[in-house]
Amino acid sequence: MQRNNIEIRVCMGTGGVASGGAEVLAAFRQEVAASGIAASVKEHCSTHQVGCRGLCAKDVLVDVAIDGEKVTYQFIKPDMVPRIVKEHLLENKPVDEWRVGEDYERFGRKQIKVVLADCGRIDPEEIDAYIAIGGYESSRDVLLNWYPEEVVTEIKQSGLRGRGGAGFPTGLKWELGKKAPDDIKYIICNADEGDPGAFMDRAVIEGNPHSVIEGMIIGAYAICAHHGYVYIRAEYPLAVERLKRALDQARERGFLGNRLFGSNFDFDIKVKLGAGAFVCGEETALIASIEGQRGMPRPKPPFPVNKGLWQRPTVINNVETLANIPTIIRKGCGWYTSYGTEKSRGTKVFALTGKIKNPGLIEVPMGITLREIVEEIGGGIAGGKALKAVQTGGPSGGCIPASMLDLNVDYESLAKVGSIVGSGGMIVLDEDNCMVNMAQYFVKFTQEESCGKCVPCRVGTKRLLEILERITKGQGREDDIERLETLSGGIRNMSLCGLGQTAPNPVLSTIKYFREEYEAHIRDKKCPSKTCKALLTYSIDEKLCKACGACLRACPAGAITGEKKVPHKIDQAKCIKCGSCYDVCKFKSVMRD
Amino acid sequence: MEKTLTTLLKNHRESGGNIISLLQETQDVFGYIPKEAVEFFSDQLGLAPSRFYGVATFYSQFRLKPRGKHVVTVCCGTACHVQGSERLLNSVKLELKLNDEADMTEDGMFTLEKVNCVGACGIAPVTIIDKKVHGKAVSEKIIREIRAIKGPRDAKK
Amino acid sequence: MVSLTINNKKVSVPEDSTILEAANRNGIKVPTLCHHPQLTPFGGCRLCVVSVKGMPKPVASCTTTVSEGMEVATSTPEIENFRKLVLELILSDHPNDCMTCEATGSCALQELAYAYGVKGQEYAGERRVYAKRDGNPFIERDMEKCILCGRCVKVCDEVQGVEAIDFTYRGFRSKICPSYEDDLDCEFCGQCVSVCPTGALTGKQWARKGRYEGVREVDTTCPYCGTGCTLTAHVKGNEIVRVSSKPWSPNEGWLCVKGRFGYKFVNSPDRLTKPLIRRASGEFEETSWTAALEYTAAWFKKIREQHGADAIGGLSSARCTNEENYLFQKFIRAGVGTNNVDHCARL
Repeated sequence: MQRNNIEIRVCMGTGGVASGGAEVLAAFRQEVAASGIAASVKEHCSTHQVGCRGLCAKDVLVDVAIDGEKVTYQFIKPDMVPRIVKEHLLENKPVDEWRVGEDYERFGRKQIKVVLADCGRIDPEEIDAYIAIGGYESSRDVLLNWYPEEVVTEIKQSGLRGRGGAGFPTGLKWELGKKAPDDIKYIICNADEGDPGAFMDRAVIEGNPHSVIEGMIIGAYAICAHHGYVYIRAEYPLAVERLKRALDQARERGFLGNRLFGSNFDFDIKVKLGAGAFVCGEETALIASIEGQRGMPRPKPPFPVNKGLWQRPTVINNVETLANIPTIIRKGCGWYTSYGTEKSRGTKVFALTGKIKNPGLIEVPMGITLREIVEEIGGGIAGGKALKAVQTGGPSGGCIPASMLDLNVDYESLAKVGSIVGSGGMIVLDEDNCMVNMAQYFVKFTQEESCGKCVPCRVGTKRLLEILERITKGQGREDDIERLETLSGGIRNMSLCGLGQTAPNPVLSTIKYFREEYEAHIRDKKCPSKTCKALLTYSIDEKLCKACGACLRACPAGAITGEKKVPHKIDQAKCIKCGSCYDVCKFKSVMRD
Repeated sequence: MEKTLTTLLKNHRESGGNIISLLQETQDVFGYIPKEAVEFFSDQLGLAPSRFYGVATFYSQFRLKPRGKHVVTVCCGTACHVQGSERLLNSVKLELKLNDEADMTEDGMFTLEKVNCVGACGIAPVTIIDKKVHGKAVSEKIIREIRAIKGPRDAKK
Repeated sequence: MVSLTINNKKVSVPEDSTILEAANRNGIKVPTLCHHPQLTPFGGCRLCVVSVKGMPKPVASCTTTVSEGMEVATSTPEIENFRKLVLELILSDHPNDCMTCEATGSCALQELAYAYGVKGQEYAGERRVYAKRDGNPFIERDMEKCILCGRCVKVCDEVQGVEAIDFTYRGFRSKICPSYEDDLDCEFCGQCVSVCPTGALTGKQWARKGRYEGVREVDTTCPYCGTGCTLTAHVKGNEIVRVSSKPWSPNEGWLCVKGRFGYKFVNSPDRLTKPLIRRASGEFEETSWTAALEYTAAWFKKIREQHGADAIGGLSSARCTNEENYLFQKFIRAGVGTNNVDHCARL
């Protein structure tokens, strides 16, 4: 039996590793090596790790490609490896029951992958893998054959807008950076992905770090900067490790350092680790942090592009923005503008999570409808529940109600309904999610992340949170909705930086679309979604209780009493309303209102 | 300690780092930022200690007290939140007998921390126990893990 | 120069002026708490926001520079409502104990709350509560009253170059304190006290000595050294209750620990207020200035006649003013007739 070119790719992104990717990879290596009869297999078989491919919920995902014929397996555990090696590799019979199902295919169908194209396909720790797919050709071409102005023009014409949140046109930013008169300039890659619920930057750096480095080289050349920084979250250890390795490899090849690609252009990149502050995603705070200070934003203007790091002109681009650059250069701006809408060109990566059947990282053309994303790509709501809303833009964004599912996803359309594209978090909420609770969650987040410099954000978000807390506890006052609105207006208009200015968005958008939920909490002291603990009472229906003792064992507070054959009871004074009893009861005898 | 601090300072000077990276390296070594370290660096670098303290208290990564032997980190990102990370956090608190204020158990065995998103939202809710990431972390599973760490020690008693 | 209109009034100000400077220069008052003209702009309190035509949101006038043709309105109903809201928020996290507060009457926050009729009830909620009192000898630091304007941090850094304090923690928990929240251990120049717009920083020895009722201000020169800082003694009855300095003084309002806090000697029972002559018995005897000067002059003459002028030497003090030192050396050289004259600072 002659085999050619067997390739086994094991997902080793954060999701893959968490689900046992390393063990699976080791098992494949061991199993391939151990199968004596498979000497021919071994010879032609490469086993390697790849970065995140988006559908982390089905990890560990494994590709087995024989002569280019690819079979993808899901939920792979080490003990499943011998059978795959035996049946698929040796006997050429793929293990059908472990293959990915239809939803995996559907997950990919509407996606257009530019940034994520090679994530999950190439080994992120091997520069040759990137070079083999045409990597570093764009930067070589640009540095040897283009004028910086031409690069700026190309990116301007591509219509690419900043993917970090605000959507500022990248080409324009580069043009301003290019024009800023100074000998020393900086380009910074903002990889401080702070939005709790977005992880595309992590996935890109873990899956294809060289694309970001190449984007930075091209950007640096366009604005004539010789120094670059990547400001990356320390909470992403794997991404940091892969990025550092990629930088070393690029330096070894002469893609960084002096006289890049034999041109006269010098450029190098340093890595700075963030230390856990969401506000450092804000440009001026990020700069303060790189300078080693507290990440407190300062007023703009002056904008970083004129006075940034160490008072020098500085261009800050997000990871996803930069990862788009090499492909735009290679395929041309005309190709890029063929995707997306007139004002929002190209594709955008979203982290589709929450109550969705297939959570994961998706890349879609701008202008796609929310419905296509939720129903087709995401496979609808998990557990047969009803969709209530989609939250986009994280703590700075808003909730879009299910009735607006046909909304186009682009910068303008989302802004019109009170949300934002933001960094690309997309949290799907179902009927069990309380919208007041969601608003409270996001305000709690921004309140904890407020730097404390300006009053509206420091005290205002605290007061917003307190009002929301009392509402979810059933202590809301009749005029609290108006109070929230007035306070939100003040915070939005008076705060110093974007963090404060956008902090009220989750409150305002939920009031706008789900006012009746607020009213139910305030007037009826009820949480319609049965989420807000203080408004719930757990009790046991004696007729349904089989006295099995499951709830009694599950209760962490010792609030449930009962004996065999005697219906159990919940002591309301002791009940901490954790819901454990509700979850474990097989007979639906635990009531929750 | 002084020897270690001198080495840290030397590396810091060579790599051209800043206060943040120096504190990060210090925490890597000691597990927290000892007051002595701040005083030493401040003295050697001619930077006011208040600057170090200002930075160390600003960023959530830095700790001013030693951590427990084992660290349980519950992710409270949005995806984890909607999948019930709060309930998870509460059951871990109960299991470790931690009240609202404390983040470390009395015996110094466990520290419980919250983190705002580790970027593994696809497998939410996520909990990290001693650097090992546990996806789809339901309370029972995490408590089992915690008990497994507790177990051998209790047996020795 | 740049021309712009503020409240429909055409004004012309130097380039790089901020809107706030342009307004102040033209007699238009804009409220602010965090701004201090001698320190770098901060932009934290947001009270100085103004509306600028063409800008989607109000802008902080303390950090926005003027531009040609700018149209600024410093007071619109919307802006005033926002200011009121900010004051409500500040007061919602403030002890509001003006009755016993040292700063009452000289508190910028109190004045603004009064002007806007804000009580701080609308958004009442959790307040920062700090049990710890700073054990230093001079400066009372009541951080519950701190509004985090950052003036103290900046003055300590930009004027004094000491950096004893900094912002610590963040968000609602933000607090200004020394490293590891230790007691303040610095030069105690009290510059921070002088710029604090509230009662968060006051002098320990000021406590309950008098606020403004019956307190007179007396401008005088600091007697401690030849720099001769102009200071203002706040006098109640015949007692100095505190010392400050005005920003238009040659020392720009800044003082050192001695000038600011070392005034107790004035009312000290040990202080000599009348000349004393030591009689042969060794006992001091109170006398009049005329008698004392005559007595001293007689002895100078006697010594000079018997031993020559060089037997006399004059030593003057660094605590005298330049003028006094000049006069003193003139007296020794021309009056006594010797060049034996020196000054304690050279010892």
